[in-house]
Amino acid sequence: MKKILEVFSHSRIEQVALLVLVLLVLGALAAPFISPQNPYDLAQLNIQDGRLPPGSTASLSEGVQRYWLGSDDQGRDMFSAILYGLRISLTVGVSSTLLALVFGLSLGLLAGYFGGRLDTLIMRLADIQLSFPAILIALVLLAVLGQGVGKIITALFAVQWAYYARTTRSAALVERRKEYIEAARLLGLSTPRILFRHLLPNCLPPVIVVAALQVAAAISLEATLSFLGIGLPITEPSLGLLISNGFQYLLVGMYWISFFPGIALVLLIVSINLVADRLRDVLNPRLQKQ
Amino acid sequence: MNMSVQPPILDVRNLQTHFFTSKGVARAVDDVSFSLQAGEILGLVGESGSGKSMTGLSILGLVDAPGEIVGGQILFKGEDLLTMAPERLRSLRGNRMAMIFQDPMMTLNPVLRIDTQMIETLQAHQDISRAAGNDRALEVLGEVGIPSPAERLRAYPHQFSGGMRQRVAIAIALLNRPDLIIADEPTTALDVTIQSQILALVQTLCRERQTSLIWITHDLSVVAGLADRVAVMYAGKIVESGAVEATLNHPLHPYTQGLLGAIPALHERGRPLHLIPGNTPSLVNLPAGCAFADRCPHVHAACAVSPPVFVADEPGQRHTVSCWLRHLAPDAAPQ
Amino acid sequence: MLVFLLRRLMQSGVVLLVMSLLVFVGVYAIGNPVDILINPESDQAEIDRTMAALGLDKPFWLQYLIFLRQALGGDFGNSFVHGTSAMQLIIHRMPATLELAVAALLIAVLLGIPLGLWAGLRPESRSGRAIMGLSILGFSLPTFWVGLMLIMLFSVQLGWLPSNGRGTVTEVMGFPASFLTWDGLKHLLMPAFNLALFKISLVIRLTRAGTQEALLQDYVRFARAKGLSSARIVGVHVLKNILIPIVTVIGLEFGSLIAFAVVTESIFAWPGMGKLLIESINLLDRPVVVAYLLTVVSLFVLINFVVDILYSLLDPRIRLQNQAN
Repeated sequence: MKKILEVFSHSRIEQVALLVLVLLVLGALAAPFISPQNPYDLAQLNIQDGRLPPGSTASLSEGVQRYWLGSDDQGRDMFSAILYGLRISLTVGVSSTLLALVFGLSLGLLAGYFGGRLDTLIMRLADIQLSFPAILIALVLLAVLGQGVGKIITALFAVQWAYYARTTRSAALVERRKEYIEAARLLGLSTPRILFRHLLPNCLPPVIVVAALQVAAAISLEATLSFLGIGLPITEPSLGLLISNGFQYLLVGMYWISFFPGIALVLLIVSINLVADRLRDVLNPRLQKQ
Repeated sequence: MNMSVQPPILDVRNLQTHFFTSKGVARAVDDVSFSLQAGEILGLVGESGSGKSMTGLSILGLVDAPGEIVGGQILFKGEDLLTMAPERLRSLRGNRMAMIFQDPMMTLNPVLRIDTQMIETLQAHQDISRAAGNDRALEVLGEVGIPSPAERLRAYPHQFSGGMRQRVAIAIALLNRPDLIIADEPTTALDVTIQSQILALVQTLCRERQTSLIWITHDLSVVAGLADRVAVMYAGKIVESGAVEATLNHPLHPYTQGLLGAIPALHERGRPLHLIPGNTPSLVNLPAGCAFADRCPHVHAACAVSPPVFVADEPGQRHTVSCWLRHLAPDAAPQ
Repeated sequence: MLVFLLRRLMQSGVVLLVMSLLVFVGVYAIGNPVDILINPESDQAEIDRTMAALGLDKPFWLQYLIFLRQALGGDFGNSFVHGTSAMQLIIHRMPATLELAVAALLIAVLLGIPLGLWAGLRPESRSGRAIMGLSILGFSLPTFWVGLMLIMLFSVQLGWLPSNGRGTVTEVMGFPASFLTWDGLKHLLMPAFNLALFKISLVIRLTRAGTQEALLQDYVRFARAKGLSSARIVGVHVLKNILIPIVTVIGLEFGSLIAFAVVTESIFAWPGMGKLLIESINLLDRPVVVAYLLTVVSLFVLINFVVDILYSLLDPRIRLQNQAN
């Protein structure tokens, strides 16, 4: 922990980013305990408290004394909705990244270690996919699959795997020529053991940096798709969906329903990016020596 | 010939160009003085890192950050280049004084045609139409020995060989009929046969039109056939300078002697080459005394103090050396 | 040159084939094709008729070949919602998207290159750093959120710019266009800027990196030694060298502008094919979705192909090599 703080002690902006990120994640984790209201328990909502500007006093809704960030058209406390939305956005972003990481990492290791036809096939596939923008790939999949948490995770997974495969492969290509792999082979260790116990740990640092940046990209893409109404269903209101719900009100001056979830989203994405950038410097062995 | 009466074309006085790096201040050019008469050819000799190229760049005001000219004067036809307005300096550059660089592969812009690169040089300094500029470019390309110049003018740099590209670069330098040309190792990147062609070309052109020339090189044998005078640089300082004949026949500085000893001689086969031991010192944190001391075969207690410039005049020509040996044993110059 | 062209053409063909297979497998094999391709309001007789017409009783590979043949002819069936040919709908909406994408590309170039040059020439200055900071923001902020903020500021708060539609359009060579009327231009500005945002950041970075690299080259030093003005050195010697990679990348990005227009068109209610796609997905209008996807993928492959050729035409070094061969 002390080491982590030390790493971030160089730049004020990165310190703030780390702090913001930790607060957002904690807020998301603790949402059921700290939010004034369960925004999806209809019994706790009161339609008469609908579309109240930030700072309004609550009349009837349970738990909420004051709508610090206003309320939406259902009388939902925006602060609570944002905390719950963060939960969903983070869950979708992180889980799709982890899935894609495991898949892409394995393919990249295989391609880099064995080379040959397998390598050509995997990399050609990755190249073709990377030549199309992520949003187009996601649109194809969602148009085919339809809405749902599982489906958007699938789409985000499909968008990401190629990055990890490519990064891992290039690291594996370098590592497999090193002596310790040769030594492991001479010792007669099994191929899976060489791949996962020896090769994998040494290929990991660059992939982790890519993954950290990709979490932000995945969250951003999910928000975009949900905003367009083709991502998550209305029962799983991520930040993107909250923003989408408030869009019509934004046009008539009731900015808060879209604005505050938007700020939360931007804080989340920018802080992840900044922390990931710092991580890249830390994990880069060439920079470390200096 | 009585050149000393005329004012010199170029008079460099106590030039200091420093590089401000994270490791400290590198004195790339450290208190360098020399002068050049009209039509005179000076060979500026030294190893890489000796500051000879940086001296040339300083004269044209082309030193980039983190380098900076921190002291001295550069008088060009009596005018100090270091204090004049940037626009005035620009109007002299490429016009009254021109420069040729080492690698002809890199100095011409790869995406611009030769005619563009030549005519813009003319138009930067005189009010001249494209057609007239084209004619002048043709004329100069012919002078530097480019065959079928009219056709070549429409070509791109990569369509020329290295030697031809260097001829084009020379042609560009000659376009505005400069009074001074600074040539920074223009033959180093070329084949030996092409080297001598280029050498002869530049020599003839400069002699014909009384253009002063500073030829920067690491190769003393090049200077022997080309220059009137020679200045040897080591670690940012001129350690010895004088007329070519006198300096090469009777070198006074152990470094110059070392350089001469390292040249293979055609007539003395089997003679062991004397290599100078060690490397050029880092220009950051140079020792207080003579920078050559730890490579010098004649090192002496006095060398801990930086030697001043001693004048060893020979008939009609000034010969200077910066070495304590000269002071301690003025008549017994070491072999 | 011919060999190069043929090889690129074949690569493009393979990519198209793979993508068509992907869409085919997605639409026909994963989902129930009857649900997807037949209007849910039709009766049993109609369903049987359509199934026979679509050849859904035939083996899988044969179905794919039929699909491919129809797709090559631009026949993706009729839209369930509009009742007209899906391909016709796409073609009808395409000019609006193209106009938006071209406008965004222009904005990206006209803003990105000067800003990138400035930042490249003065990397340590306050303004240079500010430009780079903005480009990092441009990369990381979600486009749709910036679009919302633009609407909030310029349409709702200040009332300067309209927030939706194309405004007054005039015909240019038979196509409707917004950019020729003041009203249309006002409608175009905000969505085009929004769409351009990411590309501006990209162009700034490319230009800055290119400038910094070019400044270290000997030809720049030689140009200075020739006594050229800094305007000429930067504007001709540096710019012309860095323009080649920038043009290539910008060209390749044109396809992604069309793809990302989906988002911008939805926010600003711009009546292009991206907005049509989202509407069609939401209304389960599958023929239109398939027609859109294959159209955009083809556009993509076409753009990559054209840019490759352009690149070899732009760089004199490559150009002349090809002539020599």
